[in-house]
Amino acid sequence: MSTTPVLVVENIHKSFGKVEILKGASFAVNKGETKVIIGPSGAGKSTLLKCINQLVIPDRGRVFLNGEEVLHSHSQINRFRQKIGMVFQNFYLFDHITALENVEIALLKVKKMKRAEAREKALEELNRVGMGDKVHLYPAELSGGQAQRVSIARALAMDPEVILFDEPTSALDPELTGEVLEVMRDLAKEGMTMVVVTHEMGFASSVADEVLFMEEGRFLESGPPSQIFFHPREERTKKFLSRISELYGELNKNG
Amino acid sequence: MEGLSAVLESLPYILSGIPVTLGLVALSLALGFTLGVPMAVATVYGNRVMAKIIQVFVFVMRGLPNLVLLFLFYFGIFPLLGWNLSPFVIGVITLGLRSAAYQTEIFRGAILSLEEGQMLAALSVGMTKNQAIWNIILPQALRLALPGWSNEYPILLTDSSVTYAIGVAEILTRGSQMVTRTYQPMPIYLTCALIFILLNWGGMQIIQWGEKKAYIPGLGRKIETR
Repeated sequence: MSTTPVLVVENIHKSFGKVEILKGASFAVNKGETKVIIGPSGAGKSTLLKCINQLVIPDRGRVFLNGEEVLHSHSQINRFRQKIGMVFQNFYLFDHITALENVEIALLKVKKMKRAEAREKALEELNRVGMGDKVHLYPAELSGGQAQRVSIARALAMDPEVILFDEPTSALDPELTGEVLEVMRDLAKEGMTMVVVTHEMGFASSVADEVLFMEEGRFLESGPPSQIFFHPREERTKKFLSRISELYGELNKNG
Repeated sequence: MEGLSAVLESLPYILSGIPVTLGLVALSLALGFTLGVPMAVATVYGNRVMAKIIQVFVFVMRGLPNLVLLFLFYFGIFPLLGWNLSPFVIGVITLGLRSAAYQTEIFRGAILSLEEGQMLAALSVGMTKNQAIWNIILPQALRLALPGWSNEYPILLTDSSVTYAIGVAEILTRGSQMVTRTYQPMPIYLTCALIFILLNWGGMQIIQWGEKKAYIPGLGRKIETR
């Protein structure tokens, strides 16, 4: 594994009105790594992800993609966003077009691919997430798990350098989270660089290269899953983990 | 039987007002749409100054009675500007600007009813704001707006008769002219009424056909279980 960081997030600050959501969050992701961010709701995890691709403009701090600073100026940002995939908690598939068109549309409009080429690429990505047989269905005709897999295919189609997952399974019924986590596991194995905000501790402990615990707008501690989950240094990390395990079940040492 | 013969005598003349009425309706609908869609987009995504100007326009247009606006244009504004516009064109401008105000509100409501994530997701794959509006927001918003928008047809159809006041040769104007010739108001105005009702019915058929054509499964309906 190379050690060039694909993504560097440096000292991000963000306030909404008087509420300071992010208070200097920093981390870096190397190529092929999966970083999992955990933490209580309101910690700023979601805002941090949105600051990375400038869907939320940070007040302070910088983001680098492959060493190049991500700027939110009109002329620059769309180029960066193409390389930073994003998967949302509520999928946000485009409701007026089919699964296939959802994956295709940015290839056509943003990458200006030829229609046949875009179709081929879209089908390839939909097959990759196991949705090859449902490509002509509209978002409302898909289950939550299927919709989320399509949204992963939509992100993959742009050949991103890194994909940000914002609680990808939190809106799903428990029996549907498995199929989405399965796809994400495969991506990690194939060497996709990923930043995942999730409460799925089983996924985190088996897939993450590093787990970062976020609270009140900054990272409190980080380390390999075995350390964070079984020997956390910080009292607050322990507290959070015990609350989470009540909700999601005890962690299994074998992941 | 004098009534019937008056109707029969008047009918060809009144019927030839149908293209005039439909022309008023179609052109003012089109004017309202052409102005209403960009104004709705600008109020939601544009800068504050722009949004404020549009708000004032909408407020004024919705607050003025049709007839007042029509007279202002016909007797005041256009003569002052020295523009020699036909009553028909002034009718289209009056009805169209008012419709633009209503259509702005209809489309604004539809855009605001979309979840914020549609724009976020479009930006996240690298679309510009304009690409997102054009490819993602408007195709959804226009479909969602269709039921509300379809009200504009009967409203404009019935409102178009105010252009009688400046002498546009539409259905009511022609009917009134025939009343002064035949002294048979009831049969002739009933004829006009029937023509309006039929035109309304025909238009609704077309709109309903359009709504079916534009239907997309689940769009605009909140799905409870996913």
